[in-house]
Amino acid sequence: MNTSLPPATDTPPDPSADLLLPVPDDDGAPFWEYAARGELRVQTCSDCDEPRFPPRPCCPHCQSFAAHWQRMSGRGRIWSYVLPHPPLLPAYAAQAPYNAIIVELTEAPRIRLVGNLVAAPDAALNSVDPARLRIGAPVKAVFHALPGGPTVPRWVLERP
Amino acid sequence: MGATLKDATAIVGIGQTSFAKRLPESEKRLACRAIVAALDDAGIAPSEVDAFASYTMEETDEVEIAKSIGAGDVTHFSKVGYGGGGSCATVAHLAAAIATGQASVGVAWRSRKRGSGPRPWTNTRVQLPTPAQWTRPFGLLRPADEIGMLARRYMHEYGATRDHFFNVALACRNRANQNPAAMMYDRPLTREMYMTARWISEPLCLFDNCLETDGALACVVVAAGRARDCRRRPVYVHAAAQGLPAQHHGMVNYWNDDPLTGPAWTAARHLWKGADLGPQDIDVAQIYDAFTPLIPLSLEGYGFCGRGEGAAFTEGGALEIGGRLPLNTGGGGLSEAYVHGFNLITEGVRQLRGTSTAQVPDAATCLVTAGEGVPTSALLLRS
Ligand SMILES: [Zn+2]
Repeated sequence: MNTSLPPATDTPPDPSADLLLPVPDDDGAPFWEYAARGELRVQTCSDCDEPRFPPRPCCPHCQSFAAHWQRMSGRGRIWSYVLPHPPLLPAYAAQAPYNAIIVELTEAPRIRLVGNLVAAPDAALNSVDPARLRIGAPVKAVFHALPGGPTVPRWVLERP
Repeated sequence: MGATLKDATAIVGIGQTSFAKRLPESEKRLACRAIVAALDDAGIAPSEVDAFASYTMEETDEVEIAKSIGAGDVTHFSKVGYGGGGSCATVAHLAAAIATGQASVGVAWRSRKRGSGPRPWTNTRVQLPTPAQWTRPFGLLRPADEIGMLARRYMHEYGATRDHFFNVALACRNRANQNPAAMMYDRPLTREMYMTARWISEPLCLFDNCLETDGALACVVVAAGRARDCRRRPVYVHAAAQGLPAQHHGMVNYWNDDPLTGPAWTAARHLWKGADLGPQDIDVAQIYDAFTPLIPLSLEGYGFCGRGEGAAFTEGGALEIGGRLPLNTGGGGLSEAYVHGFNLITEGVRQLRGTSTAQVPDAATCLVTAGEGVPTSALLLRS
């Protein structure tokens, strides 16, 4: 009997294994901390109330250094998308072609987040049929804890 | 009124190595070959060189180059950031230094072994601090993915199609087929090849992407008065501009209010303001083409057509020789060589000398641009 064979009930490999991990900087760290709690929040000026992205020290409208993190509904629309094909880093090539999308947030249309449209929070990056991708399609945020790393927002179709 | 840039300086020498997927020589050796050739073209001794300008991404530095070629005392040196956005600015920095008396003979260059080396985007694993933390983990890994996003949105908003991008790829390939120095000299392109090519990042296919190239180029800039005594017909730097738009974000301009009006718009406003010419006066254009969609975006930005009309502009052979605006007449980054756009400058010079392999009859004005999508620069050259 060959004991080196994996058991028949072995779980399939995690499709998120070896994806690149975001490395938060000082300004962006709160985004990832809120995401870990399942909240989508955007840095917002405490003086003039303008949201801004990516996070940075100072408000470009009023130069205030005071900011808070405004909670978003997590709803938005697809602004654009691509389907990357190899050559790609190995973990991405394994799921190619997958989708990368830009989502424009409902409450703050000029805040556009890069993400992935998936069938479920922990599904593969290619788990949605590319034919279903459409600019303007309504989406909502879900949260996925990357193996060994932060939790990232992902997106599912509002009308699956 | 202080010193003005307008026609105060001229490009008097150009030089280049061969272009190939793999060249045996080092970047430093290639750079020296291109610079020595450019000085010889100008009829200027290397000991007279007192200014250098290149890209921050250039790995051969001016100290080593100055020693190697036998430059004299150097009184101006500068480097321009943002990769392909820096090409035209290297000449602009030299022109400004010479026009204001800080130097007299300037050399700009770019040497690159992108064909041999690893792709820059494969080195992203180490750390992903801002801004890559917002894009890379989601699989937006390469410039083609980043620009593909803008291309898809552009197609959606303005009805641009893959046929429009093909028009761009074909114009560049047709010119390369006339240029023995081009990597794609003997490789014609057909619509069928384009439409059936493998995807890189949908909606961009193989032929929407520039070439991976080894090679080096250089040019020599002097004051207009000195230029008249040089070996070749001077090509005057009529105007120059850099552009970093408000709220711009390099490559991923998605957080701008209007991501489809990129750095070209900012550079263009400044460029035309400092010129006696307008878009209608341009005989031939060398527009940065790392990806085909950058051409319609740039045609709009530099004012050759209205907003959203860049794709339609490419129809009916407009970009071919004899068309409304002959484009990238050496083959460009798509089909001659991708050397961060420096070949667009040398080709602009050839057109105005009357020595291009795809010569536009009586060309007297040429727009040269650097990378759209990143902080950029542009030159207006005239004979
Ligand atoms: Zn503010």
